[in-house]
Amino acid sequence: MRFEYAPAPESRSIVRLRDSYGLFIGGSFVSGSSVFKTISPATEEVLAEVTLGGVEDVDSAVAAARHAYERTWSVMPGRERGKYLFRIARLLAERAREFAVVETLDNGKPIRESRDVDVPLASAHFFYHAGWADKLGYAGFGPSPRPLGVAGQVIPWNFPLLMLAWKIAPALACGNTVVLKPAETTPLTAMLFADVCQQADLPPGVVNIVTGDGGTGRLLAGHPGIDKIAFTGSTEVGKEIARQCAVSGQRLTLELGGKAANIVFDDAPVDQAVEGIINGIFFNQGHVCCAGSRLLVAEPALDPLLDALKRRMESLRLGDPMDKNTDVGAINSRAQLDKIQSLAALGEEDGAVRWSARCPLPDRGFWFPPTLFTEVSSSSPISREEIFGPVLAVTTFRTPAEAVAKANATPYGLSAGVWTSKGSLALEMASRLRAGVVWANTFNRFDPASPFGGYKESGFGREGGRHGLEAYLDVVATDVAGTLGASDV
Amino acid sequence: MDVTSSDSALRGFLHGLPGVDEVGARARAEELARRSVKADAKRLALDLAISMIDLTTLEGQDTPGKVQAMCAKARQPGYGAPPVAAVCVYPDLVPLCVAAVKGSPVRVASVATAFPSGRAALDVKLADVKSAVAAGADEIDMVIDRGAFLSGRYLAVSEEVAAVKAACGDAHLKVILETGELGTLDGVRRASWLAMLSGADFIKTSTGKVAPAATLPVTLVMLEAVRDFARFDGGRRVGVKAAGGIRTAKDAFRYLVLVNEVAGEEWLDPRYFRLGASSLLNDLLMQRVRMEAGRYSGPDYMTVD
Amino acid sequence: MSEGAQVSEGSEVSVAAEAGRIAVRKTYKLYVGGAFPRSESGRTFEVTDHAGGFWANAALASRKDARDAVVAARKAFPGWSGRTAYNRGQVLYRVAEVLEGRRAQFAAEVRLATGVCRDEALAEVDAAVDRWVWYAGWADKIAQVRGGVNPVAGPFANFSVPEPSGVAAVLAPRDSALLGLVSVLAPAIVGGGTCVLVASARYPLPAITLAEVLATSDLPGGVVNVLTGQVAEVAPWLASHMDVNAIDVTGAPGGLADDLAVAAAGSNLKRVLRLPPVAWTADPGVDRMFGYLETKTIWHPMGL
Repeated sequence: MRFEYAPAPESRSIVRLRDSYGLFIGGSFVSGSSVFKTISPATEEVLAEVTLGGVEDVDSAVAAARHAYERTWSVMPGRERGKYLFRIARLLAERAREFAVVETLDNGKPIRESRDVDVPLASAHFFYHAGWADKLGYAGFGPSPRPLGVAGQVIPWNFPLLMLAWKIAPALACGNTVVLKPAETTPLTAMLFADVCQQADLPPGVVNIVTGDGGTGRLLAGHPGIDKIAFTGSTEVGKEIARQCAVSGQRLTLELGGKAANIVFDDAPVDQAVEGIINGIFFNQGHVCCAGSRLLVAEPALDPLLDALKRRMESLRLGDPMDKNTDVGAINSRAQLDKIQSLAALGEEDGAVRWSARCPLPDRGFWFPPTLFTEVSSSSPISREEIFGPVLAVTTFRTPAEAVAKANATPYGLSAGVWTSKGSLALEMASRLRAGVVWANTFNRFDPASPFGGYKESGFGREGGRHGLEAYLDVVATDVAGTLGASDV
Repeated sequence: MDVTSSDSALRGFLHGLPGVDEVGARARAEELARRSVKADAKRLALDLAISMIDLTTLEGQDTPGKVQAMCAKARQPGYGAPPVAAVCVYPDLVPLCVAAVKGSPVRVASVATAFPSGRAALDVKLADVKSAVAAGADEIDMVIDRGAFLSGRYLAVSEEVAAVKAACGDAHLKVILETGELGTLDGVRRASWLAMLSGADFIKTSTGKVAPAATLPVTLVMLEAVRDFARFDGGRRVGVKAAGGIRTAKDAFRYLVLVNEVAGEEWLDPRYFRLGASSLLNDLLMQRVRMEAGRYSGPDYMTVD
Repeated sequence: MSEGAQVSEGSEVSVAAEAGRIAVRKTYKLYVGGAFPRSESGRTFEVTDHAGGFWANAALASRKDARDAVVAARKAFPGWSGRTAYNRGQVLYRVAEVLEGRRAQFAAEVRLATGVCRDEALAEVDAAVDRWVWYAGWADKIAQVRGGVNPVAGPFANFSVPEPSGVAAVLAPRDSALLGLVSVLAPAIVGGGTCVLVASARYPLPAITLAEVLATSDLPGGVVNVLTGQVAEVAPWLASHMDVNAIDVTGAPGGLADDLAVAAAGSNLKRVLRLPPVAWTADPGVDRMFGYLETKTIWHPMGL
């Protein structure tokens, strides 16, 4: 019999969005000269008007951050800074439902994910870093490491609140002040976070949030008043910033693209591997820099695995992101949908065989069905380029060495997955894969204590854990591209 | 080659099954447990769950009065609810149940084979089964020899299941794996296949006498096993019975979601999925009343049996 | 003519000749993939001693030599990075042992190159030996200092390990004949990375003699490749090379260092080491060594 779960929409009543949002500078909301609209990608409805930060706005935000850095934050004892971060962690937890709803409205991701992943992890990230604030001398970077100053942080639209937490929590814990630029299509949870900063009585200017587009981001990244730039986004923009910092001497960490291999051996725990593959590429509609977008399967295991995978893909529930039973939500923007569609079309032109789950797509909004490609040539764009969507390229391998060679044959090096029941094989593969995060018999797991970041063109520097502190402390570090990281500690 | 022909053939087959990663299986079960069942789907799920119940009493203190009351409730739970799938009792109470459910669709299930431990000689176990069948039991819930399973004597387990199946005649055979004693989900998967290969019509999680009894991860693995066995060369559709510790409507819904999304909708049928329970029925009825009346009910408004 | 000058000072150096004997001179070549080839371009440049006298003709490396050196370094990378840290430590210690055995030869070359007195030259060689020993001891400490177990909130084993970035281009300092060279070279390989070293244009010959030490110290061929020539000619090819993962621009003058850093970052996001100038005799710290390392984090479930 058919067992269709009736619609189970999360209530929006907990959220009261304002018609328009200013910029959060120096502890209060200020208006700017021009505005833009942010929409729900699931319905294309306008959610709110947001301010487009310009030159003067960025200047005043940096000035506010500098002022707060010099007068307040850098001279405040670590234990007091930590208390503010603990407060923020608790406030995020208290208002979790509200944040989850706003995130899902603005981003299009399923409420199940914003509720169970994004928001709890964001709160946990602040809680974790709060405890570091008065223990930095024990972190292995010298007895009294200093903050860097003002951090300019530019974040992407795929995990708006979580990326905000990944950026702001360590920066503040280490004694820096920040100017954060949320992504153009997902500014709302950052605005809500500004409200949390006010509720926490965070000193004015410690956190400044300037909404805007790519131009606003460039203004911030290129601002001479910034001591440290942290960017998460495309490799293309990352290189641009890296070139700039190479001369300016600003400290830089980059979290960029990926094209991760998810490698399945024929002795893998198959049902969990299928879940891992699904989670690896369809979690957050595949808008994940560490997504397992290349599936490498041991040749004997291919046919049964594909059967199981397709069967599982058919059970994915695509649709209203606010429905608690939705597994796959909306593509974040028209532009991103266009990109996914054109890359998928290129894959078909290259002779790859496309298979998409038969799920009806809503009439309004931006949607792309969970899709896999087989018979993919290794030179096809769908094997090489980061699609950043729910598209999986499937290929095979014969030996572990061949799997390693294929997995590593990419300019990226953010993450990788390996599935096998043989412990020694899992460890050897983990060792040979050139990626900053290797998930063995699991995928897309995140934790504030676990360092995250890439090899090669996936960027440098780590976020999370003890390692992540280094990006915000005045120590010479692995993340020294083009920078002095002077040792005047 | 018949994989049940020898210990080594069985061992080769069972240990060649894909492993189960416990953490991943748990995560998947937890993810499905967060499905939200609302409105019409909830109405449908309530009645479906009721129709899948094996209403059970397996106590030393069971009396004719208690069992008769249970049978009456099984036939007619009240509040407009459909009858349950079966009543489940010890063998000596089968004749009483047969009489009590006569003329209704409710089936009579009997535990057998020296339930719950299974520690008796084979001929005693078979006599136990035969007497229950002779008394009119429609379904037999046997226990596997966990000692034999854990010591790797798979053929002994298999032969015993096959012998019991033969003794069942037309009665359906449910094979209780007692997953709480198997130690790992790999063990659950192997025991599931072993039972299915040996003739089980149903595989069942637990006796209810060992903790933990039914859990979502265990049931997930068993549902994967029946799903795969149906596609297996020489396989067929085998049912799953989750028994023990399922007390609330919310618990029951989680199992239904699991069945729906793991095995598939073909299994959403009392012929292929059962919930072994006793107090669960009242909670399902309370929820049913709540939905009909638009207000919450209380235990005082439910029958005690 | 400096050979005569050395003899008259009574030096014990091997580059000098006994009175009355015609010395057998050494041809200084490149060091690539464990071999000592001439530049594929066939070019050389004249190297003079500190007094301006002719010392030798060194190979003038070309962009193709740089290309070959990168290929050799990449080829050596899996083997070297795959060795146990204990073994790498032993190999580096062996370098120190062999260097110590050639103490007099290096002292003479340092003197010849820089004009310092004998004691100063010996002190520099001793410091260079000690630096190898220091780094040799680091090999099997890095993972514990730099890595660790991460207490994640779930049933997972989670740990971070340092791994080498890959192939590095190392521009040796212009101002140091041996100690600076060793101080930038050892940290590039101790963690398992391989490198292409561009020797100081002013003091290229000690780098080639050091290569002779490396070639006889159990260090696999290709782990260190040494180019002599013009930094401005060779380094841009290394900085833009898509199969080079890191670059230390110490040996490039300011303007060139900027250009190299931009090219290195803009091409394939190389890890750029641009450390403030230090006295080579000072405690080297860990920055340079850690600058060649990535952090890999591994997750695995823990269950029954």
